[in-house]
Amino acid sequence: MPDGIGTDHQRIDGRAKVTGGARYASDVMLGNVAHAWLVTSAIARGHITGMDEAAARAVPGVLEVFSHRNMHGAVAETEFFAKGGYVGSTIRPLESDRIWHDGQIVAMVVADTLEAAREAAFRLQVEYREEQPAAGFDAAGVEVKAASEGGFEDPEVGDADRAYGNAEVKIEAEYSTPTQHHNPIELFTTTAHWVGGKLELHEGSQFVHGLKNGVAAQLGIDPADVHVVSPFVGGAFGSRGSLTQRTALVAEAARRLGRPVKLVPTRDQGFTIATYRAETRQKVKLAAGRDGKLQALVHEGWEVTSRPDPYKVGGTATTARIYACPNVRTKVNLVHADRNTPGFMRSPPELPYMFALESAMDELAVALNMDPVELRRVNDTQREPIKGLPYSSRNLVGCLDAGAKAFGWERRNPAPRSMRQGEWLVGWGMATSIYPTHIGAATARVTLLPSGHARVQTAAHDVGTGAYTAIGLAAAEGLGVSLDKVAVELGDSDLPPAPVAGGSNTTASVCNVVMKACDEIRARRAQGQQGAIEVYAENVPEGLPPEAIGKLYQGRNALGGGLEGGKQAMAAFGAIFVEVRVHERTREVRVPRAVGAFAAGRIVSPRQAHSQLTGGMIWGIGAALHETTEIDHRTARYMNDNLSEYLVPVNADIQQLDVIMLDERDSQANPLGIKGIGELGNVGTNAAVANAVFHATGTRPRHLPVRIEQLLG
Amino acid sequence: MRPFSYMRADAPKADAAASFLAGGTTLLDLMKLDVLRPERVADINGLALSGVRLDAHGLHLGALARMSEVADHAEVKRHYPVVAQSLMLAASPQIRNMASLGGNVLQRTRCPYFRDTSYTACNKRNPGSGCSAIGGVNRLQAVLGTSEACIAAYPGDFAQALVVLDAEVEVQGAQGRRRMRFAELHVAPGQAPQRETTLQPGDLITGFSVPAGAWTARSLYLKVRDRESYAFALASAAVALQLEGETVREVRIALGGVATVPWRAHDAEAELRGKRLDEASATRAAAAAFASAQTHGENAFKPELGRRTLVRALLQAKQMEA
Ligand SMILES: Cc1cc2nc3c(=O)[nH]c(=O)nc-3n(C[C@H](O)[C@H](O)[C@H](O)COP(=O)(O)OP(=O)(O)OC[C@H]3O[C@@H](n4cnc5c(N)ncnc54)[C@H](O)[C@@H]3O)c2cc1C
Repeated sequence: MPDGIGTDHQRIDGRAKVTGGARYASDVMLGNVAHAWLVTSAIARGHITGMDEAAARAVPGVLEVFSHRNMHGAVAETEFFAKGGYVGSTIRPLESDRIWHDGQIVAMVVADTLEAAREAAFRLQVEYREEQPAAGFDAAGVEVKAASEGGFEDPEVGDADRAYGNAEVKIEAEYSTPTQHHNPIELFTTTAHWVGGKLELHEGSQFVHGLKNGVAAQLGIDPADVHVVSPFVGGAFGSRGSLTQRTALVAEAARRLGRPVKLVPTRDQGFTIATYRAETRQKVKLAAGRDGKLQALVHEGWEVTSRPDPYKVGGTATTARIYACPNVRTKVNLVHADRNTPGFMRSPPELPYMFALESAMDELAVALNMDPVELRRVNDTQREPIKGLPYSSRNLVGCLDAGAKAFGWERRNPAPRSMRQGEWLVGWGMATSIYPTHIGAATARVTLLPSGHARVQTAAHDVGTGAYTAIGLAAAEGLGVSLDKVAVELGDSDLPPAPVAGGSNTTASVCNVVMKACDEIRARRAQGQQGAIEVYAENVPEGLPPEAIGKLYQGRNALGGGLEGGKQAMAAFGAIFVEVRVHERTREVRVPRAVGAFAAGRIVSPRQAHSQLTGGMIWGIGAALHETTEIDHRTARYMNDNLSEYLVPVNADIQQLDVIMLDERDSQANPLGIKGIGELGNVGTNAAVANAVFHATGTRPRHLPVRIEQLLG
Repeated sequence: MRPFSYMRADAPKADAAASFLAGGTTLLDLMKLDVLRPERVADINGLALSGVRLDAHGLHLGALARMSEVADHAEVKRHYPVVAQSLMLAASPQIRNMASLGGNVLQRTRCPYFRDTSYTACNKRNPGSGCSAIGGVNRLQAVLGTSEACIAAYPGDFAQALVVLDAEVEVQGAQGRRRMRFAELHVAPGQAPQRETTLQPGDLITGFSVPAGAWTARSLYLKVRDRESYAFALASAAVALQLEGETVREVRIALGGVATVPWRAHDAEAELRGKRLDEASATRAAAAAFASAQTHGENAFKPELGRRTLVRALLQAKQMEA
């Protein structure tokens, strides 16, 4: 069989990655490079009152100490990304003496060597006038605003409160999810280099055209003079989607010093100079008839954000639309605190909000004395309930069936605490997974040489997902050549633009435009064109305006699809089944096995898709049991900002994981029928784990992560 | 990090002006955090202090033996399971390959306020400044042996195996070699949390001896933690038992993750000696072990978890084939 969409193939960049041939931004070492080291704030709110630089400047090799004293005005104010700008935080460090959050950059020392920069940074004495910060939800001084004030539409239909009042069976509960940090293994490195008035940036990015245009706006230069190089990205998970403020600072330092500057921040600095997943609190009310059919769904959320930026998680946009329910009321509130601005983190809205909904569904199943799988089946729908849009395709029921069968769900005794193995209580839980299908405007250039070799060039991003391989397979199919003849070039702002690697859109957006280019090449060949054929193609998905391409060139994303807009709702679905063991005495929770069944459109590169879904489920297990950023509420400071104490699953935590990918043909979503899968796998897994813990112990965990102390009672 | 001078020690001798460098997994970590600022670092890895030996008197461990080497040692596993397990359940394979036994027992607390110099208040780091952990993020901190000055937990695992088996530590001091009971090495914080051990400046640990005993074979280390590997103990128990039928002839208990120092639970042992070991007696022993516990908010669960951990460890030790 020729290579193409659906071919099981190893990563085409895999060999380079395991042999060290893949050069990440942190590996880039330019000649005569100077090294930067950040100094970050020890307080969360207040002002810098003094900075004694003498000892720092006295360290041999120090070139400059950058602070608000000499950087004021250097970086222009730009809009928050959600308001049409580029930056993930509008807080401009080194702009003034003002401290907005703990760990804010207060100085950057640049020296000939890394060691000198670090030593000097340690010797810099910063004095502050501290004000009492508000760390989060319960703190005095936070400001609570309805997300609707910023234009968020709280989905609503029918009269949920009345229906809830009248219903026969109902539950009401409060849930919470913690602050979490992406912790990509590659740190937030930037190297900036000016050559003849043009800026070259080496930085791991999920959106090189956004970075290019954003930095240009911040520095007041022509975007054409910025070149971003980011062929490999050492993990991102949303943290490299919008701009962080450090890039412009490094670029400005390089400009002033007249030599390249490289910054490799520390792990703990990564907790405060980039974004993170916002902490949430949620209230859910569900009501149903005895038949299990939902009659009312009320979902309210509160989310922590920074003082200036209205970052919104807003997962009600999904939870309101997943089940057939005639009466829905939702509301999202933002709680502004003295914290750095949160942002996208893998399945930003769905991971926290689906935890609450799917836990509540499990509570409802208990109240109804109904099997939780059956409850999802009863409430399945081919139309989302808010506007009544038809799903372009939806096979949740197929996922429930396939997952339940593979897991052996029919052997479950529904009574809590009814199953055990030796000293371990055994629990089986499940949850639905959903992720909206996005597709963005994209461009690509494809070249076919007479030798039969092909080259695909597009400024898309492989953030570890396998995009190189998926895009290569699409081109192989489109051109009728084998994959080893296809060279794929990504992650460079000199290439034709592609959307942000976010919202799981890359495969759909880029494969469709690549296929368009390949179709054109094939057509020209059929017309007898000889020699190398190069085709540049643009694709504007249905529902997006033609200006979307121009915007993309300006580094602004235009993503279509999803659940809310247009004529149809588009999403991928899944069903997650989890077994937990909880020690009867000491209450450790472990996960010996899990099954995920997914219906996610046409699977382009099955091996990488399998890996994404498996990794997603592992992430979900971590979200359920391990991940949380600990905050000192007196100082609004993160306390476990290292990989030893910020817990994620280790190998020993993961045993058997099975991923089933259902065959799904969706002719409506986009020409190739591709749905995103990068974020699907971690949605619902956290709830499935928590539901399994309830089944094992009879204790309902409503606050993540589920830790021993919640289960000792 | 600050500049320091580096030298290689060529003989096992005391050096009051230097910090010894073994595996470096504690020392370098804390230097990068600016918590430790030694001016001189003496690398002791070239010294011949790495043996592991078993004989009729007991188990002899060199200070530079690596954690992994002892954890994997077949005879240690068989005759002193608590020693091997305490090492195997600690840290990660990479750290165990690097870290030495001498460095291990001297590892510093993981109290986040000790490790974060932006907090002025830490009596351990900055004597007399106060304790930020009280009223702060202290889920992992101690409930036994605390004071108003400090609640920092002793984080290590191996030390519990040493206290439970009445090991001795060998020290090369300025005045020559000496041996002392390992249980006398660490000191509870009291009013001077900055002083963590009875070592004199410059003292070099050269090794450990664990005496043979009828209880070493029926011994184990149970560690309860947030994930299956690579996590510090929320609570742990080192238990060594000598049974006659179901009756406890001798028992040794040490607790980890819950105390400011490697914690020998003599009161719990007293509850069990001469008694039948069962759920009821184990529960009484566990209650005695935590009778003096003091909690601080986030760590309020630790006495209960610690008791359950000890009961589980005792009943599991009873089931062992030894
Ligand atoms: C991420 C992480 C997780 C960890 N998890 C665990 C865990 O779960 N359980 C656990 O028990 N430990 C754990 N540890 C701690 C680890 O076991 C210790 O860091 C290690 O054992 C220290 O040994 P080392 O040889 O590296 O010591 P070094 O860092 O070289 O030295 C530590 C200290 O001891 C001094 N020193 C070293 N050798 C001697 C000697 N012979 N005489 C006198 N002084 C000496 C040094 O000067 C220094 O002050 C963890 C550590 C890390 C970094």
